[in-house]
Amino acid sequence: MSTQQYTVVGTRPIRHDGVDKVTGRAQYGADFQMAGLLYGYVLRSPHAHARIKRIDTTKAEKFPGVKAVVIAADFPPTPERLVDLGEGDTPLSYARGNVLAGSKALYRGHAVAVVAATSVHIAEEAAGLIEVDYEVLPAVLTAPEAMQEGAAILHDDLKTKEFGEQTGRVSNVAEHFRHTMGDVAAGFAEADVVIEREFNTSTVHQGYIEPHNATALWNSDGRILVWCSTQGAFVVRDVTACLLDIPVSHVKVTPMEIGGGFGGKIPVYIEPVAALLSKKTGKPVKIVMSRKDVFEGTGPTPGSHIQVKIGARKDGRITAAQAYLAYEAGAYPGAMVGPGAMCVFAAYDIPNVVIDGFDVVVNKPSTAAYRAPGATNAAFATETVLDEIAEKLGIDPLDLRLKNAAREGTRRADGPKYRRIGCVEVIEAMKNHPHYSTPLVGPNRGRGVAIGFWFNIGLPSSCTISVNADGTVNLVEGSTDIGGTRTSIAMQAAEVLGIPAEDVCPTVVDTDSIGFTAVTGGSRTTFATGWAAYEAAQDVVRQLKERAAKLWQTDTASVNFERGVFRSSDKSMTFRELAVQIDQTGGPVVGRGAVNPRGAGGSFSGNIVDVEVDPETGKVTILRFTAVQDVGKAIHPSYVEGQMQGGSAQGIGWALNEEYYMSRDGAMMNSSLLDYRMPTALDLPMIDTVIVEVPNPGHPFGVRGVGEANIVPPPAAIANAIYRAAGVRMRRLPMNPPAIMEAIWSQRD
Amino acid sequence: MPAKVRVQTTINGEQVEFLCEPRQSLLECLRDILGLTGTKEGCNDGNCGACTVMLDDRVVTSCLVLGVEAEGAQITTIEGIAKGSELHPLQRSFLENAALQCGICTPGFIVAAKALLDHEPNPTEDQIRLWLANNLCRCTGYDKIIHAVQQAAAYSREVRA
Repeated sequence: MSTQQYTVVGTRPIRHDGVDKVTGRAQYGADFQMAGLLYGYVLRSPHAHARIKRIDTTKAEKFPGVKAVVIAADFPPTPERLVDLGEGDTPLSYARGNVLAGSKALYRGHAVAVVAATSVHIAEEAAGLIEVDYEVLPAVLTAPEAMQEGAAILHDDLKTKEFGEQTGRVSNVAEHFRHTMGDVAAGFAEADVVIEREFNTSTVHQGYIEPHNATALWNSDGRILVWCSTQGAFVVRDVTACLLDIPVSHVKVTPMEIGGGFGGKIPVYIEPVAALLSKKTGKPVKIVMSRKDVFEGTGPTPGSHIQVKIGARKDGRITAAQAYLAYEAGAYPGAMVGPGAMCVFAAYDIPNVVIDGFDVVVNKPSTAAYRAPGATNAAFATETVLDEIAEKLGIDPLDLRLKNAAREGTRRADGPKYRRIGCVEVIEAMKNHPHYSTPLVGPNRGRGVAIGFWFNIGLPSSCTISVNADGTVNLVEGSTDIGGTRTSIAMQAAEVLGIPAEDVCPTVVDTDSIGFTAVTGGSRTTFATGWAAYEAAQDVVRQLKERAAKLWQTDTASVNFERGVFRSSDKSMTFRELAVQIDQTGGPVVGRGAVNPRGAGGSFSGNIVDVEVDPETGKVTILRFTAVQDVGKAIHPSYVEGQMQGGSAQGIGWALNEEYYMSRDGAMMNSSLLDYRMPTALDLPMIDTVIVEVPNPGHPFGVRGVGEANIVPPPAAIANAIYRAAGVRMRRLPMNPPAIMEAIWSQRD
Repeated sequence: MPAKVRVQTTINGEQVEFLCEPRQSLLECLRDILGLTGTKEGCNDGNCGACTVMLDDRVVTSCLVLGVEAEGAQITTIEGIAKGSELHPLQRSFLENAALQCGICTPGFIVAAKALLDHEPNPTEDQIRLWLANNLCRCTGYDKIIHAVQQAAAYSREVRA
């Protein structure tokens, strides 16, 4: 556990952008205004699957106030290649096709044409005048359906890749891969108990409160300026340049404040279109999505069909595990089944494993990352099967997990061996928590537990720090601040410089003003951009040591720096005292940090949850909820707790209510925040947090990242609690009142 | 294009006059005509609460009010919560309790919470949850928001004592 003493790291300063955000002054993307602005409106396909035979925009273009209309054919015809959309490579045609549909609409809500006009109301009216001839095709909406022989095919050119090889077989299965370790047949033969179950989970949305928005100006000098809400300004820059076939240096993206993302604001939807409209009109064009657009036209997280089989000996030792994961990618390949497969048994040391993963396209919106993408679906299956095994063997569910917990040196079926991890520490913290030992009294009540894993990632980050003459510093970085990371990054610089967090002024800047920085995602920002800030601060210290040596007419090597004070023999000077003299000692001091760290440390989390199930209505009430997570080192504990509470709340929503409720022909029937039921303040109890700190050896302060692992266990923990409360094993999400009543009734039959 | 209507109203204590189309919501008028962009749009159909403002003594979602309905009314938006440069106790407690992450829902929560505290200076946890149930926050799980409102109530009690 973490024992290192720090002065800034681990404290709870007020966040630097706080005042702007409680007074309404912070500028989010939709707040952006400039002279001559036009407004865009996106016409979307009313069909889940249709050939687009003709688009006639003549009437819309003639509508008073309309300045331009664009369709897919307005994109430059660029040759096919792979582009990095922030979380891996995708064929350019897919990226472009999702921005504006070409010959086919692949989901209801797929963008077909965009109108720019002097007001959004005019643009919307005019969009209604665009004539589109659709040839409606049969739609496939779930992975099992899309995988059937004879199912309607989304992409005529999509050939299944199997075990790394192209098969030449056209189907909706983009890829089938397998991870194997040991001998599962022998493992199951050795088991005293074997449980195999099947699970289905619905498509759910990240549900950020701020809809996507972007303003673009294609300037007369050939440069494109973009102001938008994104988790990765450099991704927007690169994808925009790529789709418009211009050099990346010709696009400057300014990330505005962002109103939530959770992975959903990594893909690029409207920026290239706003730029095209700007080119046509010579004016800046702003597009803001409606909530319906967000639900129907942006990437939710995959629905999934999962089978999990686990065998264990009487003493609780797991001997073999097998998983079949078919995830719905939506319209284009790229369901998060890869990470799902890596996470499905990641919390355990299991000698014999087979995992099959299927990336399946269906006529639903192209999916995007959502907080530990793929892992929550998988953990729902594994953790509820384990609960059954624990029950069968008469072993405490946490003891069963402890007995099989992954540790340093445990090998995962997909290959890697763990470095130092905190799986055992998380389970022990759960066992020792008073919540676990407090008796739960009353009828229809039950307690459940589950754990989960997420990798966390590294990727490039850049940071510069300049020293001010008053002893403060300005810190410049490129990571969208989605939940307080300006502060968690600034604190790491402050720790190195021996100054208070308040003396660091952090700013998130545009893509012209900082080195490449990857997305705010993968729980990487405090880890990687924090590391860049650490390096930049070390660089400042190095330079200031030279200045001190100059002042003291001594050797730089003889100057020490500790806790904000420079020392050489009997002389000493604080950071501030030296900063005052930087002009006289050689001019500005600017430190730089540019990193691409490899040492991301995986994070484990666990939940203890008490529920009450109303046997008459099937409504589940969360009575008590405890979230435990190994974060490596909590830089700012309040925002770490906040991540844990937020991930828990999203996991509770996913477990109990949220789903894309689809009609047979592929229309989302609940595309509003009234009918897509996210938890409100009335639906949740206080969420107790336990921060476990097993330092990550791959980071200077031991940071692992905290953003994601917390959403992984809630659905499984709640399902296990529901079983104890109502006697029914839930194997589909959401576990809403109709699903619970159905389970209760079918048990009575 | 429909003819514009002149609206005279009071916003954050200042008399304001603006022209709007009859179809424009109060939210649009505040943001796009008056530049008061602290009030946010999350859904435009009254379900997320990001656009919450006070209209006379009522808490409303300004996306469900027409701009023309502001005629003669007293409106308070997030920009009118602080007294000059002095933050309202709720604004202070939101900062001290880390009750915001992305911050997009924060203006709506602060306006709604102020309405609660004006109505009931000593709210219970259940009252707070009920009054804030029309405001969605996707980042925090509400825990720290509830604590912030409780602390702001305590601040206000100290001031009165």
